[in-house]
Amino acid sequence: MKFFQGFRFKRALTPIHRLDSRVKLLISCAFFVAFLYVELLPLIVILLAQVPLVVIARVHREWLQTLRGGAFFATMIFVINVLTGSQVTYSLAMVIRFLILISAFSVFFLTTRPDDLEVALEKMGVPYEYCFMFTTAVRYVPVLAIEALTIIDAQRSRGLEMEKGNFIKRVKNFIPVLIPLLVNSIRRSIEMAEAMEARSWGATKYRTSLYVPRLRPMDYISLIITVAAISFAVYVHFFWTIPTTVIPIPGL
Amino acid sequence: MIEVSGLHFTYPTGVEALRGVSTKIGKGEFVAIMGENGAGKTTLAKHFNGLLKPSRGKVFVNGIDTRKASVAELSRKVGLVFQNPDHQFFCETVKEEIAFGLRNFGFPREAIKERVKWALALLGLTKYEKSSPFVLSGGEKKRLALASVLAWDPEVLIIDEPTIGQDYAQKEKLRHFIAQLIAKEKAVIIITHDIEFVADCSPRVIVMSRGRIVMDGPAWTVLTNHKQILKAALIPPQVTQVFIKLSDLGMPTGIIGVNEARDLLVERLLGASG
Repeated sequence: MKFFQGFRFKRALTPIHRLDSRVKLLISCAFFVAFLYVELLPLIVILLAQVPLVVIARVHREWLQTLRGGAFFATMIFVINVLTGSQVTYSLAMVIRFLILISAFSVFFLTTRPDDLEVALEKMGVPYEYCFMFTTAVRYVPVLAIEALTIIDAQRSRGLEMEKGNFIKRVKNFIPVLIPLLVNSIRRSIEMAEAMEARSWGATKYRTSLYVPRLRPMDYISLIITVAAISFAVYVHFFWTIPTTVIPIPGL
Repeated sequence: MIEVSGLHFTYPTGVEALRGVSTKIGKGEFVAIMGENGAGKTTLAKHFNGLLKPSRGKVFVNGIDTRKASVAELSRKVGLVFQNPDHQFFCETVKEEIAFGLRNFGFPREAIKERVKWALALLGLTKYEKSSPFVLSGGEKKRLALASVLAWDPEVLIIDEPTIGQDYAQKEKLRHFIAQLIAKEKAVIIITHDIEFVADCSPRVIVMSRGRIVMDGPAWTVLTNHKQILKAALIPPQVTQVFIKLSDLGMPTGIIGVNEARDLLVERLLGASG
């Protein structure tokens, strides 16, 4: 539940919140440069590059929650990598890559109003149906989280002990929670589609919006910085030699 | 059986759902918990099988402090049927769905078979035993949810909103069914807004409002106290309203049952003509 808080819009008036959502989407995607690297040093630099964004947007608490929530998956990624014979440094790199991705999108969703995102995607030429689909999906995340808690309560009342048993049993314990959640989501989406059709969704071909997003100087500056940062990362990847082991690991 | 003293509960979001609830529910008792939305009814019920633990105060089930027992241990004694059956079905067949709880509680295989059969028959679901729970109608789903809890024969049965989506015939069946359980010394607690159903059953009624118990007593005293129950956003049953209006003719006001009302009216009319 708390993990989802890190992906929900938090209303505030900071320079980051005021940025155009298309620019913000590009900034978040810029962190994909992490996929160029398997060395620890640049990955750590990329992760730390998010800190100023987070501080300016004043979402540090939620951001830390995202990182903490991701810790479980991060540990799993690390363990699986090590078990399958990867080096410790490499496994750590994979973990940091994962954290970079989830935290970049956490910052994006924390600072972007779902409605702004919808308009922005539309302006980028994405068909309205897809924009609507995407924003609806985002909007339903908290609903699903609450529903999951209710289902867990219902199954615990039938004697299900989620935290009991070995690893495989514990994974199996999720089935009685996931199936009702999935079935209800599908049912809800069908009902929603019917309700939308009953209200003539898609009756007009050309839609107009109340607010038309326009790029401002601050957006252009951010855009230039982002493009520069991406180019720099690509340049470093191809032309610099990066020390491979930054942290001396005992026993290696 | 269940003993609650000075129970306070605050959700992590900061919502104070229960503010000092104390009550006792004994063996073979039939209790209806009523009150407006957000009064704390479901929150209270979730304390009875340990899903929620008190922020302050104590809850005892058979003398065991719920804080010191697991949900599974408590659920074995206190069966809680959730309001929305769609929140619990995941098996391929109706039969499997009923067996799920029994397996979790470690019943032996033979006993599971027998109890599944028994529960299916009890709620009129035998012909669906091999169907998927997802193809059942709304009312059947509600009955399956009930059967899946009843199967392990808990000492206390809590049903959240049992009458929603049920037609009159089903409600009558439910009423008889509850009466059978009471006769077997089980305690039954229903959480409901259906005041006519409560009037028909005439159980002990606990009215909650804003996290507190505001009234507690037999149905015919609670439901006829219209000034008080209006405060908890409830309206007296129709029969009661009629008799309150007839009080200027010297009719009694504490009437909730339709049969009782009919007898009184017939007697009065015959008396007048004779």
